[in-house]
Amino acid sequence: MDFLTILQILDSTIRLATPLLLACLAGLFSERAGIFDIGLEGKMLAAAFVSAAIAFVSGSVWIGLLAGIGVSVALSALHGVASITFRGNQLISGVAINFLAAGLTVVIAQDWFQQGGRTPALEGLARFSPIELPFASALADVPIFGPIYAELISGHTLIVYLALLAVPLSWYILFRTRFGLRLRAVGENPGAVDTAGVSVVGLRFAAVAICGMLCGIAGAYLATALQAGFVKDMSAGRGFIALAALIFAKWRPWHALYACLLFGFLQAIALRPNVIEEVIGFKIQIQLLDALPYILTVVILAGFVGKAIPPRAGGEPYVKER
Amino acid sequence: MDTMPKWVDVFVIPLISLIIAAILSSLVILAIGESPVEAVKTMVTGALGSTYGWGYTLYYATNFMFTGLAVAVAFHARMFNIGGEGQAMLGGLGVALVCLSFNWPHWTLVLPAAIIGGALFGAAWAAIPAYLQAKRGSHIVITTIMFNFIGAALLNYMLVNVLRPQGQMDPASGRFPPGTNLPTFQDMFSTFGVTLFRGAPVNVTFFVAIAACVMVWWLIWRTRLGYAIRAYGHSEPAAIYAGISPTKIIMIAMLISGALAGCMAINNVMGEAERLVLNSVEGAGFIGIAVALMGRSHPFGVFLAALLFGFLYQGGAELSLWSNIPRELVVVIQALVILFTGALDNMVRMPLERMFLAARRRRQAATSISEPAE
Repeated sequence: MDFLTILQILDSTIRLATPLLLACLAGLFSERAGIFDIGLEGKMLAAAFVSAAIAFVSGSVWIGLLAGIGVSVALSALHGVASITFRGNQLISGVAINFLAAGLTVVIAQDWFQQGGRTPALEGLARFSPIELPFASALADVPIFGPIYAELISGHTLIVYLALLAVPLSWYILFRTRFGLRLRAVGENPGAVDTAGVSVVGLRFAAVAICGMLCGIAGAYLATALQAGFVKDMSAGRGFIALAALIFAKWRPWHALYACLLFGFLQAIALRPNVIEEVIGFKIQIQLLDALPYILTVVILAGFVGKAIPPRAGGEPYVKER
Repeated sequence: MDTMPKWVDVFVIPLISLIIAAILSSLVILAIGESPVEAVKTMVTGALGSTYGWGYTLYYATNFMFTGLAVAVAFHARMFNIGGEGQAMLGGLGVALVCLSFNWPHWTLVLPAAIIGGALFGAAWAAIPAYLQAKRGSHIVITTIMFNFIGAALLNYMLVNVLRPQGQMDPASGRFPPGTNLPTFQDMFSTFGVTLFRGAPVNVTFFVAIAACVMVWWLIWRTRLGYAIRAYGHSEPAAIYAGISPTKIIMIAMLISGALAGCMAINNVMGEAERLVLNSVEGAGFIGIAVALMGRSHPFGVFLAALLFGFLYQGGAELSLWSNIPRELVVVIQALVILFTGALDNMVRMPLERMFLAARRRRQAATSISEPAE
C-alpha cells in the first residue's frame, strides 16, 4: 500500500467523519443538559432534504443551509415541547421524530419533484465546493508534507473546517463559560440549578436549540457537500452512529472528535475492502466493519473497558414541586 | 386516588390522540394537493373492500400483534425495547434454520419447531441487552438500538456467506421445503364454489398471534410472574422491598419480549416469503412501538391497534398504487400516533384531568350545600 492510498483513505475518513462529528456534538449539548435525543437521525434527514430542495430552487447553497437548520431546529423545538414542557418520554419523542422525518421527506419530495422521493442533482452554487487552502498547489511537490497538506488538509468543503472548529468551540462553551457550567449542571442536578434561580426550562430549550442547529448543518452537509442532492433515507443510520460515538466519547467534546474520526475511518476502509486484505493479509467481512462501531459502543456501555456514565438527570423530565 | 375514570384513560385519550393524528395526516394530504376524503375511500376499499384486501390487512396485523406484544410486555417492566426490529430479524434466522434443517413432512410438525426456533433466536438477541441493563446498568434503549444494527450486519453475513445457495445472486436463503408451507386463509376458507382471500398472504399464524395475545394477557394479569413484572414496572423500590429481584424481572420480561418479536418470523418468513430475505422485517419492529402505545400495553388494545395499523399498511399500499400519494404517508401517520399517544400524552391528558377535577369539585360543592355539615 502506497503513501497516496493512505492519504486517500484518511481524506475520506475526514469527509465521512464530518456529519458524524456535527451530529455527535449536537447530541453532546442536548444530553449534557439532560435531554436524551435519539432523534438526531431524523433531524439530519429532514435538514438534508430541505437544504437540498431549497438550494435547488433558490440556486444558493447558503439559503439551503439556512432552511435546513431551520427545519432541524423546528423538530428540536417539537422534541423540547414534548419532553420539557409536557414532560413526555424523551426516547419515544425521538423515535417519533425519526419516523416523521423519514416519512415526510419522501412524501414532500415526491410531491415537489416527482422523482421517486429524491431531489434533482445539485450543481454549481447550489452545492458547497471544495476550498483550496493557500499554497496547496505550490507546496504539493514538497516531499511528505506537501501531499499531506494538498490532499488531506486542503480541498475540503467549508463545513468540514466548520465541524473541526466546532470541537474546541463546544469545549470552550461547555467547560469555560457560565452558560456551559449551568448547562452541565442542569443535566446532573436540575433541582440545584432551579434553587440558584436559573431557569431549568430555559437552559434545556437552549441546549435543544443548539442541538437542532448542529444537526441541521450535519444534514445540509450530507445533501449539499458530501453528495449532490437528497435521496430517500440518505442519513443511513449516521444519527445512531453519532449517538454511539457520543457514548464512546463519554460525553466529552475532544473525545467525540476522536470517536467520530475512528468511526469515519471504519466507514472509509469499508469502502475499500481490497486495501484491508492487502494490509493485514486476510479478508475481513464488510459486515463486521459495518457492525464494529455498534459492537465497540456496546462493549464501552457494558463497562468492560472503562465505564461510560451518562449525565445523571438524563432522560428525566424536571418537575418543580413534588 | 385516580383523577379520571378508567374508561377515559383506556378509550378517550387514545381516541383523541388518534383523531389529532388523523387531522394532521389529512392536512399533509391536502398540502400535497390530494383529497383526504378520496384517500380514505381508496384506503378503505383497498384494505377492507375485498377478502383479498382483508387478507393483506390481517397479514400485516399479525406481524404487528407480535411486535406490539413484544414492546408491551417490556413496557410492563418499564423497559423500552426498541430492538424488536433486530429480534424479529434474528427470529427469521431461527425460523429459516428450522425450516431448512431437514425435509419436513407436514406443516403441523414444523410449526411448533419454528415457533421455538424463532422465539429462541429472538430471545437470545434480547438477552445480551437485558443482561447488560440488569447487571451493568447500560441503558436498554441504546443497547437495543445498537443490537438492531449488529443484527442487520449478522443477518447480511449469514445470507451472503452461509445460507445463500450456490449460483444465486441475491442475498437470500434457498426456498423452504414444501412441507413447511403454512396453510393460507385461501386454503382454509375457500369452498368449492368460491375462492376467498385469493393470493393474500394471511395464514394460520394469525391464530397463533391471537393465542399469543391471550397468553400474554394471562401471563401479565393472572400469574405471579406477571404480578411481579407489573409491580417492578410500577415501583422498583417497592418491588425490591417485596422480595422481587430486579435482575430476574428485567431478564425474564426482555426474554419474553424478544421471543414474541422473534415469533413474528413465522408469519413473514415462513408464511409469506417462504425463504429468508434481507429486509424481511420491513420496520414492523418499530411499528410495534406505536401499536403498544396505542393499545395501552394491554393485549386486547394491542390486537385492536395491530388491526388498525394492518389497515393503514394495506390501505397505504393501495393508495400509492392508485394515487400520487407515496406509501411513506403511512410512516408519517405512524410517527404522529407515536408522538401523540407516547411523547405528547400529557398534552391530551392534562386538560382532561383538569376537566374531571373541576367536575368533581362542582359535584362535591353541590352535595355539601344540599347536606349541611353536622
